[in-house]
Amino acid sequence: MTAAASTPHSEGAPLAITLPASLQGVELVRSVRTPAQLDYQFTAGAATSRFLRGIAQKKILGERCPVCGKVYVPPRGACPRDGVPTSEQVELPHVGTVTSFCVVNVAFYGSSMELPYTSANILLDGSHLSLMHLIQEIPADQVRIGMRVEAVWVPDDELKPTLESIKWFRPTGEPDDVNVDIPGEDHGTGLGSWVGGVAPIDPRGTH
Amino acid sequence: MRDVAVISFAQAKNQRRVADLNEVEMLMPVTGQVLDQVGMTIDDIGFTCSGSSDYLAGVGFSFVSTLDGVGPWPPIQESHVEMDGAFALYEAWVKIQLGEIDTALVYCYSKSSPGDLPMVLTRQLDPYTVAPLWPDTVSLAALQARALIDAGRTTEPEMAEVAARSRRSALDNPNAQLAWDRPAGDLLTEDYHVAPLRKHDCAPITDGAAAVVLAAGDAARRRVERPAWIRGIDHRIEPMALGLRDLTVSASTRLAGEKAGVADGPVDVAELHAPFTHQELILREALGLVDHQNVNPSGGALSANPMLAAGLIRIGEVATRISSGEADRGVAHATSGPCLQQNLVCVLEGES
Ligand SMILES: [Zn+2]
Repeated sequence: MTAAASTPHSEGAPLAITLPASLQGVELVRSVRTPAQLDYQFTAGAATSRFLRGIAQKKILGERCPVCGKVYVPPRGACPRDGVPTSEQVELPHVGTVTSFCVVNVAFYGSSMELPYTSANILLDGSHLSLMHLIQEIPADQVRIGMRVEAVWVPDDELKPTLESIKWFRPTGEPDDVNVDIPGEDHGTGLGSWVGGVAPIDPRGTH
Repeated sequence: MRDVAVISFAQAKNQRRVADLNEVEMLMPVTGQVLDQVGMTIDDIGFTCSGSSDYLAGVGFSFVSTLDGVGPWPPIQESHVEMDGAFALYEAWVKIQLGEIDTALVYCYSKSSPGDLPMVLTRQLDPYTVAPLWPDTVSLAALQARALIDAGRTTEPEMAEVAARSRRSALDNPNAQLAWDRPAGDLLTEDYHVAPLRKHDCAPITDGAAAVVLAAGDAARRRVERPAWIRGIDHRIEPMALGLRDLTVSASTRLAGEKAGVADGPVDVAELHAPFTHQELILREALGLVDHQNVNPSGGALSANPMLAAGLIRIGEVATRISSGEADRGVAHATSGPCLQQNLVCVLEGES
């Protein structure tokens, strides 16, 4: 709270505020800290619960839209194209293609990751929505769009209903899939120029 | 001004806690139903506007994942307010007035159950001097009720009559959460919750969702026999500092009611968003409905109070009664903030 005593409220006379004697000459309050904490009981929902129970059994379960046939993983319960519930479960392979990535060089609060590390969108084979996870076992500067990757799981006795049961994804060594269908690109979201399946930058530098 | 009408309304069954579903799963049947009722799909909608709050969900940008439930891909024209759906309806109404679109979908939802609601709501208060004290919503409403009683403008028995009448009306509302038939005299034998409020003076904590379809002119007449035309709509806000307001009156409701034209014709039905019994009395006075015999036939917010949706439900309840022919002209009110800080008034009318 800063005193407004000398702040003119117009081009004319300054606004006159007379503080009581007890407040005259006291140090101004320049900032206040008001910490707040609220606790919530989060509900994953029916579809995400089915997905998480699958993860605890080392299965990746997507859900298919009954109208357009697209498979979403992790499922949230609705098809964003058709606005209808997804209900058919589809077990997906643990292999996919990198559709986007970000090399993280700055630590943030709560993260225990060693720097630099790579966070990526991964389109699992047979699915139509990218899953976000980490890429490891390859130098960060060699990660690229189109790279084929596979899930690396925690030991079976440590499997839990959390995406952390997959430690990270690592390269499979297969040739890159430069024609990977990036979700959203068909409607021109301005994220890149993969229209028609042409990569904006050829990952092997031969474009 | 273009003629704009509510042509469809749907709501979820109001519950204390929806434990198994996330927000989008809770909402989807409601948005599906509101469109189905008038034979529409999202492709027939020119603009979509939603109301919800990340503070209630405890999740940042929670409204983005909920949008999946209406099928927003390929991209739709869409907006969101961190307010009750009644205010989202206002935005959609303005958008239709601009003339570029003829139809709008308005939806809203909240699960209040994941957090401690009275504590969560302290976050809407002045963050420097009031919120750090964590004054909960019920205590603030109790201060208001005390001021009203001290001013000689209500009594605890009168407040109990509001509670008894509302829960009795709710017996006819299949979506109500609280519905019972007990005489007001009985209620007064119960202990105070936060004096002078007893439990029955307070709205329940509710998880729920609601949706409305708006349409202009012939787009409305083509789809329903008797559209509920919005004849006036206005909203006003009062200062954040509780000490700057006379809590025993609602100046913003009075002004919004005048601008919306409440007094320009007979009122057959009124749905007032009053989460506390004494607030119905303040609102009645502000809108000139002190002795009105048909206020909150649905049971009102005292029978189900899904945050961010209870205001739109008031509009939907009035519109439904007009479309069915049960009423010709009605008033719907929505509130937001502590102690009736912000208020919206909507006048709806059917064509003879
Ligand atoms: Zn679909």
